[in-house]
Amino acid sequence: MSRNDWEVVIGLEVHAQLTTASKIFSGASTAFGAEPNRQACAVDLALPGVLPVLNRGAVERAIRFGLAIGATVAPRSVFARKNYFYPDLPKGYQISQFELPVVQGGTITIRVGEGEKSYEKRVNLTRAHLEEDAGKSLHEDFHGMSGIDLNRAGTPLLEIVSEPDMRSSAEAVAYARALHALVRWIEICDGNMQEGSFRCDANVSVRRPGAPLGTRREIKNLNSFRFLQQAIDYEVQWQIDTLEDGGTIRQATVLFDPDTGETRVMRTKEDAHDYRYFPDPDLLPLEIPAEWLERVAGEMPELPAAMRQRFIDEFALSDYDAATLTASREMAAYFQSTVDAAGMALAKPCANWVMGDLAARLNKAGLEIADAPVGPQQLARLVTRIADNTLSNNIGKKVFEALWNGDGGPSADAVDTIIETQGLKQVTDSGAIESIIDEVIAANQKSVEEFRSGKEKAFNAIVGQVMKASRGKANPAQVNEILRRKLGG
Amino acid sequence: MSLSNEQVLRVASLARIELTAGEAGDTLAKLNGILGLIEQMQAIDTSGVAPMSHPQELSQRLREDAVTEPDRRDDYQKTAPAVENGLYLVPKVIE
Repeated sequence: MSRNDWEVVIGLEVHAQLTTASKIFSGASTAFGAEPNRQACAVDLALPGVLPVLNRGAVERAIRFGLAIGATVAPRSVFARKNYFYPDLPKGYQISQFELPVVQGGTITIRVGEGEKSYEKRVNLTRAHLEEDAGKSLHEDFHGMSGIDLNRAGTPLLEIVSEPDMRSSAEAVAYARALHALVRWIEICDGNMQEGSFRCDANVSVRRPGAPLGTRREIKNLNSFRFLQQAIDYEVQWQIDTLEDGGTIRQATVLFDPDTGETRVMRTKEDAHDYRYFPDPDLLPLEIPAEWLERVAGEMPELPAAMRQRFIDEFALSDYDAATLTASREMAAYFQSTVDAAGMALAKPCANWVMGDLAARLNKAGLEIADAPVGPQQLARLVTRIADNTLSNNIGKKVFEALWNGDGGPSADAVDTIIETQGLKQVTDSGAIESIIDEVIAANQKSVEEFRSGKEKAFNAIVGQVMKASRGKANPAQVNEILRRKLGG
Repeated sequence: MSLSNEQVLRVASLARIELTAGEAGDTLAKLNGILGLIEQMQAIDTSGVAPMSHPQELSQRLREDAVTEPDRRDDYQKTAPAVENGLYLVPKVIE
């Protein structure tokens, strides 16, 4: 039996750290990278007598998320205590939400795979709730002791729980990426996975198609999309092998080891935590009146799905182009500015440049689009100069490289300065092109003979020679036309 | 519904409370008394009554998102049994 005889079922839990300045229940800073415990106040340390006071900014970010996924933002939700003992949790409980979370339901549409084989899928969300993060334990050698840093304790998190709707690691990664892009788009989370601002847990099980859900194992704390994919692939194969060998899956929490590419058991169901949730008496129910929702709704940016549809409708872009350009808010903004400057009629070449040369160059330099040395105004001017035949597309690439290196300064006029000073203007004067062609024909009689005896390849060789003789500046369409006329082809 | 001695010991262990055999027996009796009380209350029809999460009919006050706490690490760490490099030291626990 093979992998195809099994259906894979995956649900994801994502912890997104919210971009508030202060913690969810205290006025301590959430800035990353401070010296240990410099940002841990009396509330975070759970000193006797302290009380939590809820941060409006954290609630507002949860509302933004709820609105962005079309969920119900609960008019009344409740904070609960999740009880367990660990040194980086000084209260002995984490304040979270249990029975009545702030965000209920919602959906995210994902695109899985690339190109023609890609497909769309709607993933349903169960809920998203507000909670506080724990501190950090450092187990290096402190004379046989562990060191505790409580700077992270009390940092606001939105735990986003999906339904078990994903059927492959590719779908799980596509969902995680879509969610990552969305929380950054609506500016509730910086998405920095290295710093732990966006952490994934994957619940994985397999079953025969049509059978009831299999027993799941939960892979904890995956902090990159690559690890998410590798961990799920390993886990799925392990579960299938185990079942096909006549074994059974026991419910467990597992960890992924990136060095070996394997998952290993952290704890089984028998010693699973019993969190004994109950409503936190220190916190009253959170009420979100309709007016608050309306205000936040009015302040929401255009969402990626809507923008993508607009790019298709307004700019006649393909679905693939529109999806690529709205993969991040920065990229969408860059493209929008480029089209604004170049004009809607040039949207398609603008899209090609942003997704093609610009993306490749950024990738090579390891830069984000927001830091691109070539600005949208400059790219728009370049696209315009190609469209009005001042530049051939090939010479356009040269100009782009010059812009990238800062030639001509930061304004859009740099494009014209570069064309002028480097003499890159396309030759469209047919007289001038004709005389170059005559010279090339005279010097390449062999190729001319070959072409006349039916070798089409020889024609391209002559075109190449003409382009070379014009130092790339002759208009290729004109060269083709005139040459074909002269050779009587 | 009543608890077993085993369940009492499990709850005690989860709450990190050490019970002697005698204390466990006493606790069992007390907890079963409370569960009996709850059983009586469950006879009441509460359909249509929203569960109460807080005894006061108020909603949560919110604070603005602003950093208001200064760094007082040195003060706080004066009362800690062991600190090093700004970290609180605890007996080694690895999960």
